[in-house]
Amino acid sequence: MNPAPAVKTLAIDGIDVSASSDQTILDAARENGISIPTLCHLDGLTEVGACRMCLVELKGSTRLQPACVTLVEEGMEVTTRTPRLEKYRRMVLELLFAERNHVCSVCVANNMCELQDQAKAHGVTHVRFPYRSPELPVDVSHERFALDHNRCILCTRCVRVCNEIEGAHTWDLLGRGVNSLLISDLHQPWGESDTCTSCGKCVQVCPTGALFDKSKVGGKVRKNPDFLSYLNEMREGLR
Amino acid sequence: MTLDELEQIANEVQAAKEKSPRALNVCVAAGCLSLHSDAIKSALEKEVQRTGVNCRVAGTGCMGLCSLGPLVNREPDGQLLKNVAEADAAEIVEKLESVPPERLLCSREQPFFQRQTAVVLENSGRINPEKIEEYIAAEGYQALVRALTEMAPAQIVQEVSKSGLRGRGGAGYPTGLKWGTVAKTIGTTKYVICNADEGDPGAFMDRSVLESDPHRVLEGMIVAGYAVGASQGYIYVRAEYPLAIKRLQAAIRDARRLGFLGSQICNAKFSFDIEIRIGGGAFVCGEETALIASIEGRRGTPRPRPPFPAQSGLWQMPTLINNVESFANIPTILRRGGEWYASLGTKKSKGTKVFALCGKVRNVGLIEVPMGTPLRQIIFEIGGGIPDGHRFKAVQTGGPSGGCIPEQSLDLPVDYESLKEVGSIMGSGGMIVMDDSACMVNVARYFMEFCMSESCGKCIPCRAGTAQMFELLTRMTSGTATPQDLELLEDLCDMVSSTSLCGLGQSAPNPVLSTLRYFREEYTEHIVDKHCRAGVCECNHLAEVSA
Amino acid sequence: MPITSKRPSLPSSDKRWRIVAGTMRRHGFAREALIETLHTVQEYFGYLDKPSLRFVAASLRVPLSQAYGVATFYHYFTLKPPGKHTCLVCLGTACYIKGAGQLLATAEASLNVKAGETTLDGNVSLVTARCIGSCSMAPAFIFDGETAGNVNENALRSKLAGWKN
Repeated sequence: MNPAPAVKTLAIDGIDVSASSDQTILDAARENGISIPTLCHLDGLTEVGACRMCLVELKGSTRLQPACVTLVEEGMEVTTRTPRLEKYRRMVLELLFAERNHVCSVCVANNMCELQDQAKAHGVTHVRFPYRSPELPVDVSHERFALDHNRCILCTRCVRVCNEIEGAHTWDLLGRGVNSLLISDLHQPWGESDTCTSCGKCVQVCPTGALFDKSKVGGKVRKNPDFLSYLNEMREGLR
Repeated sequence: MTLDELEQIANEVQAAKEKSPRALNVCVAAGCLSLHSDAIKSALEKEVQRTGVNCRVAGTGCMGLCSLGPLVNREPDGQLLKNVAEADAAEIVEKLESVPPERLLCSREQPFFQRQTAVVLENSGRINPEKIEEYIAAEGYQALVRALTEMAPAQIVQEVSKSGLRGRGGAGYPTGLKWGTVAKTIGTTKYVICNADEGDPGAFMDRSVLESDPHRVLEGMIVAGYAVGASQGYIYVRAEYPLAIKRLQAAIRDARRLGFLGSQICNAKFSFDIEIRIGGGAFVCGEETALIASIEGRRGTPRPRPPFPAQSGLWQMPTLINNVESFANIPTILRRGGEWYASLGTKKSKGTKVFALCGKVRNVGLIEVPMGTPLRQIIFEIGGGIPDGHRFKAVQTGGPSGGCIPEQSLDLPVDYESLKEVGSIMGSGGMIVMDDSACMVNVARYFMEFCMSESCGKCIPCRAGTAQMFELLTRMTSGTATPQDLELLEDLCDMVSSTSLCGLGQSAPNPVLSTLRYFREEYTEHIVDKHCRAGVCECNHLAEVSA
Repeated sequence: MPITSKRPSLPSSDKRWRIVAGTMRRHGFAREALIETLHTVQEYFGYLDKPSLRFVAASLRVPLSQAYGVATFYHYFTLKPPGKHTCLVCLGTACYIKGAGQLLATAEASLNVKAGETTLDGNVSLVTARCIGSCSMAPAFIFDGETAGNVNENALRSKLAGWKN
C-alpha cells in the first residue's frame, strides 16, 4: 500500500525537470533527453546497479550514486557529466577490456556491440591496464546459439531475462570475483541444458558478442532487446 | 520468569559454590582448546576424583592472555595458572591450598590485566559458557526481565541512544539510531540479525564472546527484538567456528527451556525466537545486504542501498542488523544505565572496545579497553611490546578494509574518528602488530589478494579493479614494476574506492593507500632499486642476479 | 534427466539422504533452506556432487543453475571428494605475518600438490582458510579437524609424514 507517487522537481545538468517520486534519476534524465551511459541496465529487467557506468554526482553528497536505482527527490541537483565521472567511466571500460579477451576485429558483434559503442563514446582508444588474457572456452553445443565467455562482461542481463521474463532460470553465475562464469544449469554444455527453452531472449539482451545466434554470424544483425518493454506492457495489461 | 526467580537461580548457584568453594576453571575456548586444554580438564578431573579432594573442575571461556595458554583459573583465590600441561595436574591438585608451582604462576598484577576494563568480557573466563545458571548468577537476563516488565520499547531505544554505543562491526553507526529507525518502520514482521560472520583475518573477538559468554549475545538480541518489535532473530555464524556454533545451540536450547525465548516471554505480550544460520566462507557476507541474501539462501552479493535493511531487509521486511559485540554490550548498558556506559570512552566514541591483539607482540590475546586508550599503551604496556629484539614498524587495524598505522601515530587515542584520520578504520577489532621483518608492499599485496578473491564479482570496479591492483602489486614485489605502474595503482585506488557498489570494494584500496602514505619509500625501493628492505620479496633475488 | 514438478524421491537407500531430507523438512522445503541443506550434504557426504545438487535443487524447487551458483560462491563448499586426511593452512593476517606463506609452500612441496588440491592417491587434501580465528596461536593449522597452534616447519613435516600410507 504505497502512497500515490508525487511529483518532484529536480535539476539534472542544470536543467529543471519534474518527475514522479517512483522514478529513478535515469528515467527522469532519459525522459528529458539527457543520456546517461549504462551497461547492465535494460528497460524491463530488474536493476542490479553493478556496472557503475551510470554513476552521477549529487550536490551535497560525497558519494557517487547509480542513476539506475536512485530515486528522484525534491530539489535534487544531479550532474551526469564531469571530468571525474568521465574518467571513472573510461576506467570501467578499460577494466572490462583488460579482464577478458575482447578482440573486436574478430568478434561476431563487431560494430554491433554496446561495450564497443561505449568505448567509442568515451574515447577509450587504448587500455593502460595489463591484459589478463584468461583462457576461456566457447560453448557451441546449443543447436542455434553459442556462448563465448571471452566476450562476457558478467552484466547478468541474460540471467535476469531468463529468470524474470522467460521463467526458466537456465543461466546463473558460478564462483565469484574475477573467476565468475556464466553457466547453464549444473555447469553443463548449453545444448545439454534441461531447462533452456531455446527462446533466444538471452541472446537478444546480451550487450556484447558473448551470446549469439549461430545462423546470424557475419550477417551484421543488431540485437533487439526492445521486445522486453512489449512483453512487460502485455503482462501488465493482463493484470 | 521473574526477577525473584532469577535471584533464586543465582542463589542456588552461589550456595553450591559456598558448599564447595575450591574450583579449577580450565579455559576451553578456541585458543587454549587448540593446545588441548580439554585433556588438561579431564586430567584434573581424574586427579580430583583420585585424591577425593573437594574441588570443582569446570570449563570456562577465554581468559584473554592466549599466548600463555592453556590457562587455568583457581578459585577461590583467583590465582591464574599459565602454560598448564596434563602432567601438571597432580601437582596442581596437590597444592590446591598452598602456593601453586612457580613455573605455572601467571600474575594478574601485570599491565595486561591491570589496564583493561571489562564490559563485554566481564564474564569471559569466569563462567561456564554451557551453563545458563552461571550466566544468571552473574546478573544475566536481569536486563531482559527488567526491560520486558518495566520498560516500554521506546524507553529501551532511548537508553541505548543515551549510552552512545556505536556499531562494533566497524562502521560505527549509532546503535540507538538504528534501533529507532527499525522500531519506527511499519512492517507485519520484523527481524533481528546478529552478524557473527567475523571475516577479518586477524580478528577473533566475536568468536571468543560467542564461545565464552553466548547468553550475553542472546540477551542483547532478545532485548533488541522487544525494542524494535521483531519476533524472529537469526545469528549468522561462520562455518569455521564450530565451537561457537555448538555453544550457541546449547545456549538457545537452555534459553528456550527457561522461557527467555518462545512465546509470551516473561508473561509479556512478546514472542521471540532465534535460529542459527551458518555461513559458507564468504567475507563479503559481512556486508548487511549480502548477509541478508545469504540467509535467504542465495549467493551473498550485496545490493545498492537505499533501501537500507532497517526499511527493507530480510524478505523485504524491516530488519535490524548488529554485530556480536554490539549486542553483547546491551545487557550491561541496560543493567548499569546508558549514562554509565557513556561515561567511558571519548567524546564521540563511548564505552569500551574489544581487540584481538596479535602478530609480533609479546602478549597475544583478547583485550578490552575504554575507547580513547592510546595505541602505544595497548601495544607496549598491555601487549608487552615487540619480542625477539625486533623494532615496531606498524599496527594494522580494520582488516582488509583498514590500514597500517606507523610509529609516529602511536599516541593516537583509539576511536572511530582518529583511526579514520590516520587512514585506517576501527573495523571489528583485529589489531595485528608488525615489526621490521614485515614488508609493507608485501602486506598491501596480501590484503589485495584477499579482497580480490573475496570480491563477489557483481560490480566491475571491485571485481576487475582488485584483480588489476593485485597484478600491479605483484609486479612490485617481484621486481618487474615500472614507475607508471605506481601511477596506475594510485588511479585505481581512487576509482575503486569511489565507484564500488559496497563497502568491500570501497575500502579495498585502504591497505594500499595507508602504506603508500607512510611507507612510500618502500614502494619506490621495490620499483626503482628492486630492493625489499625486509628481505621478504622476490625482487631482491632479481637484483642480485642482475648485479 | 526429465524435469518434473514433483518432489523427487531420495537418490538411494543410503541413510544419510534421510538426514538431508530432514534438514529440508525442518525448513518446510523452502527455497531459503538451500545453504543449510548443502551444509548437511557436505557434512555427511564430505562434498557436493552433481547428483546431490540436483536432488537438493529439485526438492527445494531451486533452479539448477542457482544451486550450482550458490555451491560455488561459498568457499566452504567443495565439489570434489576430499582426501583421507585434510591439512588446512590458515592464511589469516596474524598467521601470514608469522610465516604461514612459507609453511604453505612447504606443505605444497612435500605433498606435491597446490593449495585446494588432493594428492593423486587421494590421501591428503591441502586447503587454505582466510582466518580460523586462532590468531593467538599463529601460525595455525587444522589437521583432520583438530586445530594446532604455533606450527613450525618440523612439526608440519612430521605431521604430513605421519599421514603417509
